[in-house]
Amino acid sequence: MSSLADFAADLASGSITVVDLTQTLSADFPTITLPPEFGQCAPFRLEEISRYDSRGPAWYWNNFSCGEHTGTHYDAPIHWVSGKDFPNNTVDTIPASKFIAPAVVIDCSKETAGNHDFVLTRAVLETWESRHGHIPAGGWVLLRTDWSKRSGAAYANMREDGAHTPGPDPEAVRFLVEERDVLGFGTETIGTDAGQAHLFTPPYPAHFYMHGKGRYGLQCLCNLDLLPATGAVIVSPPLKIQGGSGSPLRVLALVMA
Amino acid sequence: MRRGYDGVVVTAPTTIPYERYSIHSAHRWIGQALAAALKRAGLRPRDVDGFCCSSFSLGLDTAVGLTQHFGISPRWLDHIPMGGASGIAALRRAARAVQAGDADIVACVAGDTNHPDSFRQQLTGFSRFSTDAVYPYGAGGPNMSFALLTDAYMRTYGATREDFGRICVSQRSNARNTPHALMKRPLTLEQYLAARPIADPIALFDCVMPCAGAEAFLVMRDETARALGLPSARLLSTIERHNAFAEDPIQLRGGWAVDRDELYGMAGVGPGDIDLLETYDDYPVIIMMQIEDLGFCAKGEAPAFVRAHDLRVTGDFPHNTSGGQLSVGQAGAAGGHLGLVEAIRQLTGETLGAKVADAKLAMVSGFGMINYDRGLCSGAAILAAGG
Amino acid sequence: MVPPPKRKNPLRRTQAPLLPPSARSRTALGITAAAAQGRFVLQVCAACETVQYPPREICGACLGDELAWRAVPSEGTLLAATTIRISGDPYFRERMPWRTGTVAMDAGPTVIAHVQASLVPGDRARLVQKLDRAGQGVMVALPLAATHDSLDDPMMRELTNDPQDRRVLVTDGRHPIGQAVARALLAAGAHVVLGIADIWKPFASVDGAEMIELDLTDADSVRRCAAAYGGRLEIVVNTGLYTRPGGILARGDLTTARVEMEAAYFGPMRLAQALGPALRSRAADGTHPACAWVNVLSVYALTNLPSWGTTSASQAAALSLSQALRADLRPIRVVNVLVGPLDDEWHQTVPSPKVAPTALATAIVRALRDGIEDVAVGDVAQDILARWLDDPKILERELAT
Ligand SMILES: [Zn+2]
Repeated sequence: MSSLADFAADLASGSITVVDLTQTLSADFPTITLPPEFGQCAPFRLEEISRYDSRGPAWYWNNFSCGEHTGTHYDAPIHWVSGKDFPNNTVDTIPASKFIAPAVVIDCSKETAGNHDFVLTRAVLETWESRHGHIPAGGWVLLRTDWSKRSGAAYANMREDGAHTPGPDPEAVRFLVEERDVLGFGTETIGTDAGQAHLFTPPYPAHFYMHGKGRYGLQCLCNLDLLPATGAVIVSPPLKIQGGSGSPLRVLALVMA
Repeated sequence: MRRGYDGVVVTAPTTIPYERYSIHSAHRWIGQALAAALKRAGLRPRDVDGFCCSSFSLGLDTAVGLTQHFGISPRWLDHIPMGGASGIAALRRAARAVQAGDADIVACVAGDTNHPDSFRQQLTGFSRFSTDAVYPYGAGGPNMSFALLTDAYMRTYGATREDFGRICVSQRSNARNTPHALMKRPLTLEQYLAARPIADPIALFDCVMPCAGAEAFLVMRDETARALGLPSARLLSTIERHNAFAEDPIQLRGGWAVDRDELYGMAGVGPGDIDLLETYDDYPVIIMMQIEDLGFCAKGEAPAFVRAHDLRVTGDFPHNTSGGQLSVGQAGAAGGHLGLVEAIRQLTGETLGAKVADAKLAMVSGFGMINYDRGLCSGAAILAAGG
Repeated sequence: MVPPPKRKNPLRRTQAPLLPPSARSRTALGITAAAAQGRFVLQVCAACETVQYPPREICGACLGDELAWRAVPSEGTLLAATTIRISGDPYFRERMPWRTGTVAMDAGPTVIAHVQASLVPGDRARLVQKLDRAGQGVMVALPLAATHDSLDDPMMRELTNDPQDRRVLVTDGRHPIGQAVARALLAAGAHVVLGIADIWKPFASVDGAEMIELDLTDADSVRRCAAAYGGRLEIVVNTGLYTRPGGILARGDLTTARVEMEAAYFGPMRLAQALGPALRSRAADGTHPACAWVNVLSVYALTNLPSWGTTSASQAAALSLSQALRADLRPIRVVNVLVGPLDDEWHQTVPSPKVAPTALATAIVRALRDGIEDVAVGDVAQDILARWLDDPKILERELAT
């Protein structure tokens, strides 16, 4: 009890700060684009119900619609075929305790600045560990690329051969899951995987291995540059959608000032 | 040979002075005219056993509703939707009713009111053909319709604006003495020619002014009129025709040309015997057609005719002696009675304005209903003084 | 020719749009129906072959009551003409002087018609049936020899929707139709504003067109477009023809159907709600007022093609929307362009004939110039339309193979 009270006091005093890692949900925020013959994720849309007018004189509200994987969003294991058979693999059944967890931040922003197709490898992770220590089990690994500082076409960065955005290779993901037992993997880009991740074996390794081991994903994060390499705590409860594969959510980081 | 109108007279010529706009309904104008005609004849409403009405602005009412409205109980009733031919048509029907004993005294009344927007409203729904195929083409109303007829007539027969102007200037001169004429300011040919164009070749003084007003007369047997002490005019002959010359691509003649021999034959007179002519005159071109088709000159020669004759009351061819609609105003369907009422006045000596000297024989003609591209109704009557 | 529009005096009130007299008998709407398609018809008596005008219920020659609308020779002689300078009707009053005349048709009837400026009585003339700003069919007398430019005068401008010197929004620059339409309109002398949805995805610009962000499925995007362009557009061409193969059962879900409805029905409705009032309010603004709203629709909007069942249904909704807009947007002309299979990626497996986007674009420009309201482009669309006009039930069964 006393430690929670201390926590609250630290929040109130500002010795713990809250960093918002969430992009604003808006209609023009890029969404994942699949080849047109596949089903598509509905982009975020907002329709006004009333705005202090004849449709509702004293109140303003909207209907919104979107896919589960729009904006800053959470991926549950059931999202990928490799995670389809786990128990508690949907957003409504994942234990709530999993929604608050520590995070480490792998800063690859310099590398990414010169290389849109930057690949996070096991070597990069090991280099990071050599400076910051072992990546702890049960926590998030967040890949900082400063990609969230881009917007629009630069953010989606689509070309004739698809999107060009950074992400991990299969070996790096396997290392995180199998050797470090992380809770999940988070990125600033539209997906946890690289834009060209369909070329890896297996394709989309972050989805395949993370969800294949019942782990979680966070994407379209921002403000990772405000987090320390270690020591932040992430609050990331998705909407409790029955059987849901993910959901847009507010992601907060608690950081010691 | 048609049976004559022996013993049938017309009497009690009545006009309710015209007003440009009226806040009253047509019912009031028609009722006032009926009252005035009866008063002139010394009759009470119940003495009228025949009633014939013409109006464009009665709304949903007809002569039927007016019987209750006015408290009359006629045994003969008619409602004539023939606009400018309604006076002749009313006269023809009433005369036969009186002659056959179906009625003893028939009051023929026409009247319309006029509100600032009523002319436009009337145009929009004037007829099925006009709604479908005339009004959407510039919505010029009768100005447009008669502009086309005038244009065709001028091209075909070489009539000039001056020729039409002569008619309008004469009528304005005739109107000088008509107390209720709405336009009495003298008109010169120069003013006529310089007037504001309305729908080429029609200009301001070719057009009648829509107004409110009413006209009435009584039809009865000669002995009835004598018993009432009423001066009257005898009805000698009439004609009526609808949709004549349907094959003509554009109207350059009217139904009078079909029936005029019968008109003269029945009366036993010729064009040269006529002392005054009251034509239907909503636009001067139709006056020219009537002068030709009623036999006063050959087809196409009316322009020369009006150049050769003086059409004023005092002239050698007195025509539209009250000033006609062109100067008095067009009170809707009353315009179809105006000439007839004026002819009765001239023949009975009860003129309001100038009097044609020694008027014995008068011809009245009517023309009505531009249903689409032409006037469909034509009619004429010859009346004689001395009931 | 009408010179390009002058810059507007911002201190003058924008002239409010009015409609010419629009009352007609039901029978007279036969001319409206023909004018909508750029045809010329009059009633002809089945019993005596007499050509009738004005529209009738009963033959004026033999009292026959079978008067079918048929194509008849449209030439005649102008017998008389007038220049109307005074009209009691508010619409015409603002457009005085107006030329009207009487034409004796070779086919028989006498016709009172709008008369093109260069015709004088005695001239041979050709009658055409056009839609006026009330969306009603009217007869217009034209010289026998006439070019597009020689006819371009204020009267004809009231009866047509020439894109020359007008500002046109083409909604979907990602679609081959939108690209082709933009190019055709530029060639026709229009200023083109070309919308691009998901501007964060690569797109090809059209030289000369002003590229803007516009996504009809996004209320905010539509609102922003209306705020920026609502007061300075004269024509809208909705080219977002979203067609996807698949029957109702084959699809198995509503995901794509919803997108189809968004693209064909909700999106255009959003655009109409956002742009329509401003467009309509400028329908009498200057020499080049706002005048037209074009919808590109699948011909299977008329009758469902079950193998494209959900697309057909969404297109039927779009057609119905368009019909409602015709009343709501008047005097803006709503033009429906019906098209069969397009020569595009979604009809890759569909056999020819298919419509090239450029052919569709050419048809749209022609429909605007000619003042046509309903046009079917390509052999398939014309074939389906002909079958539908012949008997919609038979067509329904024919397509449901
Ligand atoms: Zn027939």
